[in-house]
Amino acid sequence: MAEAYIYDAVRTPRGKGKTSGSLHEITALSLATQVLEQIRDRNGLDTSKVDDVILGCVAPVGEQGSDIARVAALNANYAENVAGVQIDRFCASGLEAVNMAAAKVRSGEADMAIGGGVESMSRVPMGSNGGAWPMDPSIALKSYFTPQGIGADVIATKWGLSRADVDAYAVESQKRAAQAWKEGRFKKSITPVKDQLGLPILDHDEHMRPDTTMQSLAALEPSFKMQGEQMPGFDAVALQRYPEIEEVNHVHHAGNSSGIVDGAAAVLIGTKELGDAMGLKPRARFVGGASIGSEPSIMLTGPEFVTKKLLNRLKMTNKDIDLWELNEAFAAVVLRWISAIGLDPEKVNVNGGAIAMGHPLGATGAMILGTMVDELERSDKERALITLCVGAGMGTATVIERV
Amino acid sequence: MNNFKIDIDADGIAVITFDAPGKSMNTITAEVIKEVGEIAGMLKTDAALKGAVLISGKESGFCAGADLNSLFSGEIDARTDAGRKAAFDEVSALNRALRSLETNGKPVAIALEGLALGGGLEIALACHYRVAADNPKVKFGLPESKIGLLPGGGGTQRLPRLIGAQPALMMMLLGENKSPADGKMLGFIDELAAPGKTIDAAKAWLKGKTKVVARWDEKGFKIPGGGPYTPSGAMVFIGANAMLAKQTYGNYPQQTNILKAVYEGLQVPMDAALRIEARYFANTLMGPAAKGMMRTLFVSLQELGKGANRPPNVSKYEVKKAAVLGAGMMGAGIAYVQALAGIETVLLDVSQQGADKGKAHAKDILDKQVSRGRMDKAKAESVLALITASADYSLIKGADIVIEAVFEKMELKAEVTKKAEAHLADTAVFGSNTSTLPISDLAKASARPENFIGVHFFSPVDRMGLVEIILGKETSQEALAKAIDYVLKIKKTPIVVNDSRGFYTSRVFSTYIGEGMVMLAEGVKPAIIENVGRMTGMPRAPLEMSDDVALDLAFKVKNETKKALGGAYEDSKADAILEAMVEKLGRYGRKNGKGFYDYPGDGSKKKLWPGLAELAPVTVDECPPALRDEYKKRLLYIQALETARCFDEGVITAPRDADVGSILAWGFAPYTGGVISMMDLMGLPAFVAECDSLAAKYGDRFKPNALLRDMARKGETFYGRYGAQQKKAA
Repeated sequence: MAEAYIYDAVRTPRGKGKTSGSLHEITALSLATQVLEQIRDRNGLDTSKVDDVILGCVAPVGEQGSDIARVAALNANYAENVAGVQIDRFCASGLEAVNMAAAKVRSGEADMAIGGGVESMSRVPMGSNGGAWPMDPSIALKSYFTPQGIGADVIATKWGLSRADVDAYAVESQKRAAQAWKEGRFKKSITPVKDQLGLPILDHDEHMRPDTTMQSLAALEPSFKMQGEQMPGFDAVALQRYPEIEEVNHVHHAGNSSGIVDGAAAVLIGTKELGDAMGLKPRARFVGGASIGSEPSIMLTGPEFVTKKLLNRLKMTNKDIDLWELNEAFAAVVLRWISAIGLDPEKVNVNGGAIAMGHPLGATGAMILGTMVDELERSDKERALITLCVGAGMGTATVIERV
Repeated sequence: MNNFKIDIDADGIAVITFDAPGKSMNTITAEVIKEVGEIAGMLKTDAALKGAVLISGKESGFCAGADLNSLFSGEIDARTDAGRKAAFDEVSALNRALRSLETNGKPVAIALEGLALGGGLEIALACHYRVAADNPKVKFGLPESKIGLLPGGGGTQRLPRLIGAQPALMMMLLGENKSPADGKMLGFIDELAAPGKTIDAAKAWLKGKTKVVARWDEKGFKIPGGGPYTPSGAMVFIGANAMLAKQTYGNYPQQTNILKAVYEGLQVPMDAALRIEARYFANTLMGPAAKGMMRTLFVSLQELGKGANRPPNVSKYEVKKAAVLGAGMMGAGIAYVQALAGIETVLLDVSQQGADKGKAHAKDILDKQVSRGRMDKAKAESVLALITASADYSLIKGADIVIEAVFEKMELKAEVTKKAEAHLADTAVFGSNTSTLPISDLAKASARPENFIGVHFFSPVDRMGLVEIILGKETSQEALAKAIDYVLKIKKTPIVVNDSRGFYTSRVFSTYIGEGMVMLAEGVKPAIIENVGRMTGMPRAPLEMSDDVALDLAFKVKNETKKALGGAYEDSKADAILEAMVEKLGRYGRKNGKGFYDYPGDGSKKKLWPGLAELAPVTVDECPPALRDEYKKRLLYIQALETARCFDEGVITAPRDADVGSILAWGFAPYTGGVISMMDLMGLPAFVAECDSLAAKYGDRFKPNALLRDMARKGETFYGRYGAQQKKAA
């Protein structure tokens, strides 16, 4: 089997995912196009050598619909022979795109591929694409469908995480993200987004609130209490799957959950041979990837199981991993994972995460993989494991190694 | 045609009168379905006809729905493709007939002067125009789900297309009836007319109309409120799934199937939608819930309501005057239901003050009825006037029945029995509303034990529909007949059982809360016991129910039982828990604000008492679905096993009474059709095998008795073995 190497990773800054956000006036196509242009230009890429562009996107309707990957490759003036495919593994789509690109390279189906993702949540709101799971009684009832926020609160309740625990985690995320920006730790990956005139419109993650404190978070109302306890009453559904819970403790709110943002990312992956021939220098080796299904009602415990599955498959233990990155969908998801795997919190999400910087659904996986490529280099570490919790009860993970 | 009379007026409009022969109420039979199809054919082919108005020939209303004694009562072989296809064909017949009426090309209106329920309303929905008399007493509804079925005559498709998915789902899932004015507001009634004028209004609409198609057959038709994959429609279905799960725990297949039929049906044209409905209808009919619920909550309930257990050779006993001894909650409630039925009631207590308090309670109930608009003030006053509160036992004179509802103390009951009988005519019945004390023992105080009978009411009396009649050793058939007549007069459903400790209902019900306490003693986390208890379909969880009953009372009953049974008493793990709660901790339940739960008293929610963890250290703190389902079985099967023991001992002899009693008295999971139907419909061999495996894990109380093993071996059912006796009694 061929080795797959990561040659480069770029991402846009994340704009607030609302009409007042800086990127709301930039199309999703443009976001995807700009990261494809950037990864081409800074590597002097002959795009005709790229076999496929795989982009994650979770609401592929409207301007994000009908295979935005192929359309973005065309819009970025990639060679006509470059194929494109849009994929959806909910929140892990961006990482899954990287894993698929690597799998194509390792299997010999491709010599070079781009994995990444795009999501303009301000322009194509989450849930725009419908879906049978919550709607069709055939599956909603038997799988105890509850929205992900309820699942996060169930995790907190089941494993005894208090409001103070999750808020403290959120404060730390903000602190780490602010520190990382201050020290320019994202510099290598960030490509400012340009407007229709080619002028920069956003050059930093605008969702961050570095001045967040326990006190400021304490003022926030829980986000999922209403839909849990009253209309339509999802807590009662969760309790049918988790009867050990007397009452769901609604601890999550806007300040300790991932932010809704716009953004895009791309990761260039290829064989050693082609990279050499093209004069590219690999930055990391793709060691392995995996996905797994987990209990769908609680939804967000997949990272624990996919982490174990992948390490097992790679014959590795916790000691083989230097840096751990789990998307901060909700604070309780990270805290539960840390305790389930037995991790040192100091090695987890060292540069903050989606609570501070936001979670552009389809792109996040590729973004945080890029963050780890940068961080391995900066901190002179060997290996990182990147994972995300996934809708409908799944987890996706990847291990990379610096070269 | 046998069921429809057709008159053609001068304008060429056929006035079609639905008038099923020999019945006071129109119902839908196979013949009715066939004739609806013929009417459609006639409208289509007879060029002289311009349209039709459907009316009823009955004073009672238009139609009360399908005749469940003739339709859908056949056995379906769900295991074979041929069996399922046959079921689909059978249930599609009404849909096909109504669809041909709807697509005949000429306008069809319906003039509704009276009720249209179930299939009756579905006929109306298949007409092009509905006029209803503006009379608030008239009821329209699709109540099928209450007896395990779904609206299978197009109701799941036409109603949401007329009024929107959300209100249609509410109407069908809750089985709520609507008045004509509500129907107009919701949109399934097109026009209101003065009573008696609906035909004129319908004819006026028909005038000049030649070709008509249903609104959903027109191009560009939009579902009010939107279909599933529209922003507003999506919220409806996501919410409906959660609410259905919350309210039914997925226990009622007909409810889930209604939701599925609406969700899937709204995404396709009407013909396909009706096929989808028919498939879900057939699927519903094949399951045990439909069989059990139809039998118990429709057929048996009707039979018992007509006095099925009444000895036939006793002439009807008219209760005009009745006395109630003891004006506590129960006595006051009994006085209220008697007065409501027009019975002159004497409510007696040791003091005038106590009796007045009881009457005040009856007044409270009446006031509530008035404030909720369910009764007018004059009626409430006349009901209250029928109750005389007093401490004077001589007022009993002339009473046809006495109901004793004093404290559960043998000596006290003996005393009031003697005191009352002194004023009682020889023909009058003495009924004791005891829930625990053996009737034959109480009858020892009576000078006329043949007239002494148990009349066990349930709390709150005004809302609980069942009365458990208990025969003492010497109770006569005449007294039984009189007691049944009394119960029917106060509009309750009587079941009949024989004397035993706790009779039938209290005895079986107590095993449910007892098993909850055993689980607690085993170390099952209290939240698991409670959540799983609710998921069984019981109305309350075991520990909260224990708190409601009161732990000190349960402790007292347990001690008395132990004393009475002596060596035969089987120790339970729950005993120590109960003893500690009452004796050591002074936690008596809801009544003193602390039991298995803490009751904050400030209106905030009760919470499980954290101290339970010390009383019974938790060893089971997770409950994945397989374990959850096993616990559900524990809580339900323990009740079924006790019921089987009751049959073995002759405490109860009719499966019908056992089923109806279990659902009406203590809310035994209604989707099962009752505690006996649950066993019969799953099959006794399977039930016995499951209980044996529960016994191996959780103790000998799960061992099936010899009767169950014998029946399982012979492939019998309770209804098969005891049903013949039951029919004889009826």
